[in-house]
Amino acid sequence: MTLLSIENLSLSIRGIPILRDVSLSLNHGEILGVIGESGSGKSLTAFSVLQLLPRGTTCEGRINLLGEDVLTKSEKALCAMRGRDVGMVFQEPMTALNPVQTIGAQVAETILIHEPQTSKVDAMERAAHALTRCGLPQDRFPLGRYPHEMSGGQRQRVVIAMAIALQPKLLIADEPTTALDVTTQAEILDLLARLVREDDMGLMLISHDLAVVSDMAHRIAIMRNGEVVEEGGADLHRTMTHPYTKALFAASSHQPERNASPEDTPLLEVNDAIRDYTLPRKSLFGSADTFRAVNDVSFQIKRGESLGLVGESGCGKSTLTRAILGLEPLQGGTILLDGQPVGPQVRRKMQVVFQDPYGSFNPRHKVARLVSEPFHLLGRKATDAEIDEALMSVGLTPADKTKYIHEFSGGQRQRIAIARALIIKPELIVLDEAVSALDVSIRAQILDLLADLSDRFGLTYLFISHDLSVVRAITDRCLVMQSGKIVEEGPTERLFTAPAHPYTQTLIAAAPTLPES
Amino acid sequence: MLRYALKRLGSLAISLIVASLVIFACIEVIPGDPASFMLGINAQPDTVAALREELGLNASLATRYLSWVTGMLSGDFGTSYTYRSPVAEIIGDRLWISLPLALIALGLTVLIAFPVGILAATKRGSWADMSVMGATQLGIAIPNFWFAMLMVLLFSINLRWFSAGGFPGWENPLAALKALTLPAIALALPQASILARVMRSALLDTLSEDYIRTCRAKGLTQRQALWRHALRNAMIPVLTIIGLQFSFLLAGAIIIENVFYLPGLGRLVFQAISQRDLIMVESVVFLLVFAVIMVNFAVDLAYAWVDPRLRGRS
Repeated sequence: MTLLSIENLSLSIRGIPILRDVSLSLNHGEILGVIGESGSGKSLTAFSVLQLLPRGTTCEGRINLLGEDVLTKSEKALCAMRGRDVGMVFQEPMTALNPVQTIGAQVAETILIHEPQTSKVDAMERAAHALTRCGLPQDRFPLGRYPHEMSGGQRQRVVIAMAIALQPKLLIADEPTTALDVTTQAEILDLLARLVREDDMGLMLISHDLAVVSDMAHRIAIMRNGEVVEEGGADLHRTMTHPYTKALFAASSHQPERNASPEDTPLLEVNDAIRDYTLPRKSLFGSADTFRAVNDVSFQIKRGESLGLVGESGCGKSTLTRAILGLEPLQGGTILLDGQPVGPQVRRKMQVVFQDPYGSFNPRHKVARLVSEPFHLLGRKATDAEIDEALMSVGLTPADKTKYIHEFSGGQRQRIAIARALIIKPELIVLDEAVSALDVSIRAQILDLLADLSDRFGLTYLFISHDLSVVRAITDRCLVMQSGKIVEEGPTERLFTAPAHPYTQTLIAAAPTLPES
Repeated sequence: MLRYALKRLGSLAISLIVASLVIFACIEVIPGDPASFMLGINAQPDTVAALREELGLNASLATRYLSWVTGMLSGDFGTSYTYRSPVAEIIGDRLWISLPLALIALGLTVLIAFPVGILAATKRGSWADMSVMGATQLGIAIPNFWFAMLMVLLFSINLRWFSAGGFPGWENPLAALKALTLPAIALALPQASILARVMRSALLDTLSEDYIRTCRAKGLTQRQALWRHALRNAMIPVLTIIGLQFSFLLAGAIIIENVFYLPGLGRLVFQAISQRDLIMVESVVFLLVFAVIMVNFAVDLAYAWVDPRLRGRS
């Protein structure tokens, strides 16, 4: 018997159609990858299996789970089904757990809710077993731990333990590794694959990342605008026929064309930079310890060069970025831009683009004002011509300057962020995870735009990212950072094909890769 | 947890010292000489000087501050200029009205606000929610002294259920409680309206958190998720407001005490200021500050009880 079969599912929220005729099926022990960009309806498809949908949602069609139609079940029957027959793992492990309850209590709750006759002691024992299965052994992660005492990857293991505590037949994982570092991502994916094998579970793995899914799924479905456009086996990259699937694969491994050639003179010089943070004092009169976030880092960026900086969260790359921007004082070493120490005088030669295209604009200002913000460094106002030019150089129109930021999509906002960085014609642009929040097709466009701008204006880039494939696509040279130190440095291609440092090797091995088509 | 409590206790002590300095300094800069005020405008300069000497007003600032503080530490708050009796006794009598009044009002506030706020949050957008929002809006807008007078009109003058004012003393506890009922309701009404709204919005915030979705995916009903997970998380902003409200109820009852002729701390400090009874003002103000700081300390401890993240790693 098929474990899950979704037949012609259509879903609308307050009359607006979101999903159209979605049909998917999943067997015991099988991994189905569901791929789509934001707004494709992949998450809503998953949530409709659990019937955890926003208010005002209506579903049509059939969702057969273990031979019963989920859509005809009462709320009471649905509650009995959730957690027992279907487990769910979410994207954001940092917020998916109740911060004021111990992990033991939260895992045991799954058991106690569905088997109220179980004693608390038994439930705790089974919770411990589930946590151990998920790689959190009791000697190191006792049941009394609170979520804030654990890392993101560990919290995701707790969420998974909660989902599999009753050994459900179906596990739904919605972007389970998107918020995690590559090495942690690899571990969590391994864990999911092992649990599927051991419990003969079906796994519906939802992701925007083709590489993640291609590595482990038995079958892959591609969604766009609420429809499944193509479904195939693990060899979808060879059998694909739909143009959108092809476009998605192409965008995922997109390599922008770059012609700029770096000059020999250094633009940015970081010499023996040290940044210490003071930790809270342990006792009232004791001396405070320090944490060295950036430990004796030295490197140069040449004019016209594109330099990548990769490392996992907490490695110090953000601190280093802020120090380069002159936003963090150093405890040792110097950072020179064009021969001068970074500070207000040279700040206009350097601009920055941040990760979050939604949070980095004041929503009450119009685009013209947002884009002309860096002009305070020059002590004059931007002219209309300058604003128009900046907007046009990133592929927008001068008419956009009278709009507010909420009228733009994520990709357009990132273009506006780049226009804001470009407008005073800086020499160095710092791109801090600038494409990490974007869909693959938009990301490919932005990478093309960046390559084109660097060719046209001779721009120098410092490209900070946790995403190795992006860094590989856009940079000439690359630094690998771990625990505050640069552990390896070299031409990007060499670094990726023949990494020398063990940490670089681990990173590259952990990064999911697209199969060659 | 113990370390956290000790830390809070340390900052409590520092706050008290700073507060005592500030109060002392403020009283010093207030114009008006208590001695000449007590003796009236026709007093002879040498009589005033003699009284100043007797009251210890001629000693140096540091000496007077130290004797005030050390006196308070041993329970001696000095002697009132106007009442000519120990300040500690007078305050003690008045505190037995103001403190129970504040506690009853706070109890009423919580008893009204919690169920009402939770109801509004669970039935968001329903008529129940709308009427709660409307009623609490009204409760905040109506001045409590006016509401107090309406209650006096209805319950004391027309229905004759309660007395219109005054306090019979605690010898008859039932009568004492009865005398405090209307003032407590008048005090609690706006506070309960505020707290209900805070409760509602805090609960709505937590109900939209990711971990509530996780709970629902585990198989909890919306109700179970609310009672087991959302409520405790929503308590953090609610506790903050309760702490502020208790301080307000203790120190801010001046108007209500006047409406109901209750001889409480509010009336005492009001009279003491107008009579330049500086030692009394100093002591009452410090006592109120002390109460506010203690309440904040209690709120800090309650935070740590609710939220393990504040306890620090053990």
